[in-house]
Amino acid sequence: MPRLALTTNYAVAHAAKDSDVDVIAAYPITPSTPAAEKLAEFAANGEIDAEYIHVESEHSAASALVGASAVGARTFTVTASQGLIYMSEVLYIASGLRLPIVLGVASRALSAPLSIWGDMHDIAVLRDAGIVTYFVSSAQEAYDTVIQAFKVAEDPRVHLPAIVDYDGFVLSHVTEPVETLEKEEVLKFIPKKITWNTLNPKNPISMGTVGEPDWYYEFKYQQQVAMENALKVAEEVDEEFGKVFGRKYGVVEPFMMEDAEVALLAYGAHAGTARVAVERARKEGIKVGLVRLKLWRPFPVPHLKKLFDGISVVGVLDRAMSLGAPRQGPVALDLMAMYASDPSSAPKMASYTIGIGQRDVRVEDILYIINQLAEFAKGKEIPERTIPIGLRE
Amino acid sequence: MMNKNLPGWRELPEGAVVRDPGNTETIDVSGWRVFKPVIIDDKCTRCRLCWIYCPDGAIIEVIDEKAKMGKRYEVDYVHCKGCGICYAECPVNAIEWVPEER
Repeated sequence: MPRLALTTNYAVAHAAKDSDVDVIAAYPITPSTPAAEKLAEFAANGEIDAEYIHVESEHSAASALVGASAVGARTFTVTASQGLIYMSEVLYIASGLRLPIVLGVASRALSAPLSIWGDMHDIAVLRDAGIVTYFVSSAQEAYDTVIQAFKVAEDPRVHLPAIVDYDGFVLSHVTEPVETLEKEEVLKFIPKKITWNTLNPKNPISMGTVGEPDWYYEFKYQQQVAMENALKVAEEVDEEFGKVFGRKYGVVEPFMMEDAEVALLAYGAHAGTARVAVERARKEGIKVGLVRLKLWRPFPVPHLKKLFDGISVVGVLDRAMSLGAPRQGPVALDLMAMYASDPSSAPKMASYTIGIGQRDVRVEDILYIINQLAEFAKGKEIPERTIPIGLRE
Repeated sequence: MMNKNLPGWRELPEGAVVRDPGNTETIDVSGWRVFKPVIIDDKCTRCRLCWIYCPDGAIIEVIDEKAKMGKRYEVDYVHCKGCGICYAECPVNAIEWVPEER
């Protein structure tokens, strides 16, 4: 198990290498470019026995992987921002065709105005595509999660694409120590076994068929069922990964939740900052906890309900804005919908947007939120809108 | 409205794949047509261009000793969608383009 100093970009490239991917098709885009370059380097040096397809766009990258996955290859790509939404048309198709493509996404803002900086507007666009979607909070977790993502995506109960999303720059370009694994041990964990429907001359099938009104709905519903299965599978895979390699994360990660009265729900790199803020607020006597959302799709409803049981107020820190929605934060919307059929069991919920377009997020910003949550717990009215943090009036 | 005679979501193959190759032969697409090609055998030179260009294999080459050069061409009206490619490609105007009447 070599211990390497890796950025998260390099960590996901190493994870793809150690997962023995067969086909990579990537088009470079900031801030994911170093991951695409590292994979090209691995392929050029013969460190990886993979076909690296040089494509003219992200749309083509995703299309090439659909073709490769449709003949049974283990496939991987990295992208971000405009690149991800340019892929989105094809990624819906990959999900509908039930192809287990895995992607690393170094999340970045969407134009206009043009921003190469980090936030999660890009991944928010893919929310409804039928893709298993992870948020990670460190280079090590990104490495481990790419390997887990292959196992989840290729599981016969799932057969869906998977995305490992990591914050652009804050994670993608920050070097951390990463315990990597040997290919042989990774392949024991994720053996190459084609379980999904593939094009094979010995057993010919047609893919990419037309779903007339009598048929389409049933196939969409199958995708939903696969998504529901993915929650259990993701948990099992994480558990098994923990047993084999000694590291596990859970689909949600609670911190100081045991006696918490108010709580934060955060994801990605912000969860790290929130952790420090929670520790500080505890010293000031505020009984606050933190839940880090690791798996966004499928949304871990039972886990969150259990953790928030008895919590007075939950503040959701979102890094994307769903413009015109009842609340802008996509995860806040999920949390609110989660309690819709049983509102009496719900905590009060406050939606925050933070770190938009890489607006700096300080521990003090999150302390401000925690103090506000404490006031909401005491009865102060929660505004019926998303509260922007770090926005100039 | 839901068609109760069709299989439910549990019974359908993942990814909407079709497992029985060549099954399009069972599908009647004649309803797609607004115009239909009609081959005028006297004008036909047996150049075979309609047979080559037809995207649906709906031009049938019939071996017939009594016919000119021992063969003739017929339209398979169950599988012809009325795209008009044969009509456009025929170099001797041996295909007429006739409105469908239903």
